[in-house]
Amino acid sequence: MKKNFSVSTALWTLTIKEIRRFLRIWVQTLVPPAVTMSLYFVIFGSLIGPRIGSMDGFDYIQFMIPGLIMLSVITNSYNNVVSSFYSVKFQKSIEELLISPMPNWVILLGFVLGGVARGILIGCIVFCVSLIFYPDFTVANPPLTILVLVLTAVLFSLMGFINAVFADSFDDISIIPTFILTPLIYLGGVFYSINILPDMWRNISMANPMLYVVNTFREGMLGVSDVSIYFALGMIFSFIGILTGSCLYLLNKGTGIRQ
Amino acid sequence: MAFALEITDLKKTYPGGVEALKGISFAVNEGDFYALLGPNGAGKSSTIGIIGSLVTKSSGKVKIFDIDTDGNNEQAKMMLGVVSQEINFSQFEKVIDIVVTQAGFYGISKSEALPRVESIFKRLGLWDKKDVQARTLSGGYKRRLMIAKALVHEPKLLILDEPTAGVDIELRREMWTFLKEINKNGTTIILTTHYLEEAEQLCRNIGIIDGGKIVANTGMKDLLGSLNVQGYVFDLDSPLSEAPEIEGFPLKLEDPLTLIAAVNKDRSINALFEKLSEKGIKVKSMRNESNRLEELFIEMVKK
Repeated sequence: MKKNFSVSTALWTLTIKEIRRFLRIWVQTLVPPAVTMSLYFVIFGSLIGPRIGSMDGFDYIQFMIPGLIMLSVITNSYNNVVSSFYSVKFQKSIEELLISPMPNWVILLGFVLGGVARGILIGCIVFCVSLIFYPDFTVANPPLTILVLVLTAVLFSLMGFINAVFADSFDDISIIPTFILTPLIYLGGVFYSINILPDMWRNISMANPMLYVVNTFREGMLGVSDVSIYFALGMIFSFIGILTGSCLYLLNKGTGIRQ
Repeated sequence: MAFALEITDLKKTYPGGVEALKGISFAVNEGDFYALLGPNGAGKSSTIGIIGSLVTKSSGKVKIFDIDTDGNNEQAKMMLGVVSQEINFSQFEKVIDIVVTQAGFYGISKSEALPRVESIFKRLGLWDKKDVQARTLSGGYKRRLMIAKALVHEPKLLILDEPTAGVDIELRREMWTFLKEINKNGTTIILTTHYLEEAEQLCRNIGIIDGGKIVANTGMKDLLGSLNVQGYVFDLDSPLSEAPEIEGFPLKLEDPLTLIAAVNKDRSINALFEKLSEKGIKVKSMRNESNRLEELFIEMVKK
C-alpha cells in the first residue's frame, strides 16, 4: 500500500510555482527596478557623476554599478520571499504545503530558490540597463561576481522567509525592508567608498553587514573593495548557515504556520 | 480488519489554556464512511487539523493505515487527502494549475497528473472551468475544486470538513453521489457536517464529539435504532380547527392543514391511519417530523 514520494518533483513544482508567480506579475516585479535604476544612472551617473569625479580610481557611474545591482538583488530577493510566503499564509494555501508529504527543508528551499531566481533576474536586468549608460563596463572577476550574486540572493531570501514566518499583517512585511534593510543598504557603500568617511563613521560602517556584501560584489565586478574578501565571504556563509538553521527550526516548530 | 485511522488519547491545549481535545480515542475501519459530528467548538476541526498536520497535538497518537504520523509522516501523508472547511488555494491561479501543482507537492509529475486531473474534473463537472482563474468561480465550484485537489494524489483516506457548507441542494446531492461512488471504490471517508441528514444518508458509522470528548462512537443503524419515538408530519386534505384525540397517539395541530404525530416505536403507523380515516380525516402526504439523527444529536450534546 506504500506510495513513493519524489522529493525532486515536489521541489521542482514549488520552485516553478514561485518563479511563475513573480513572472505573472512582471509589471510589479521586473519593470520597477529597471525604471528606478535607470533614474539612478541618469541622475547620479550621467548628470551629477561627472562633477563628483572618480571614486577609488573609477568613474563614479562605473563605481555605482555594482552597488546598484546589489541594492536591487537584496531588495528583490527579500521582498519576493516575504511577500510570497506571507501571501500563502494569508490565503491559507499554506495548508496545501503542510498537508503534503514535502519535508520542511523542501518547502524552505523552494521559496528560497524562487527568491534567488528573482534576485538574479533583476540583477541581470539592472546590469543590462547599466550597459546602456556605461557600455565599456567589463567584469573583473566573473566567478566571484556570480558567487556573490547567488550567495546574496540566498542570504536575503532566508531573511525574507523569517520575516514572513513572524508576520501577522501586511504591515509586518514592509516594516523591516523600509526601516532596517533599505537604510543599511544605502549606508553600506552603494554610492560611496567608506574611505571618504571620517574615521568615526568609517568604523561605525564596518558594523553594517551590507557593507561586506556590496564590497565583495564590487571586488568581483571592479576588482576593488573596502573590506577583506575572505572575511566578507566567511561572514556571508556563516549568516546563510545560521539563517538556514533558524528557518528550519521555525518550520519544524510550526511557528506562525501551525496552531 | 485494518484501521484507516486510529486515534489514541489525543489531547490538544491551545496557547492561552483552551483545552480543545481532552484525550479522545476512536478508530475508523478501512473502507468505512464515517461521520464525525459535534457542535461548534466541540473539537472536530482540531482533530482534523492534527490528522492533517495543520495543528500541533499536545499528546496522543495518530496512525493512518497503521503508520504512526510521528514516525513516518511522509508515508502517512501520501495516504491522506483533506478537504478543509475554508478555501485554501491561491485565488489568482488557473483552476487546472492549482490541482496540477497540488499533485506536484505529492511528487506526481505534470504528465502523470494531467490524465488524473481530467478524470476528476469531468466527474466533478469542473472540466469546462479548468482554464479560468479560481477567484472567478462560484462558491459551489470552489468546493468542487477543493475536493479535486484532495483527490489528485489518490488518497486511501479522505477527510472532508463540512464539504457542503453553503452549497445549494442540487450540488449537495451531486456531491453525495460522488462521495458514495469513491467510497464504493475503496476510499475510506471521514466527514464532518452540520447537515445531519447528510451524515444519516451517507455514513455507516458515527462519532459524536462534544467539549473535547467522544460522547458516542457507534454504527449509524444502532444509533438511530435507539430512538423510541418517531415524529411524523401529515399534510391534510381539508382544514381542522383542533387536533383530534386518538388514544396512544399524541397529536398536535401545527396549522389547520398540518398535523404532527408522535408514534412510539412499538406501535404501527397503520393503526394511526385507520383511526384518522374513521374520523374522516384525509392525509394528502406524510414526512418525518425532523431528521432523526438531529434529535439524538441534540439529546447527546445536551448531557
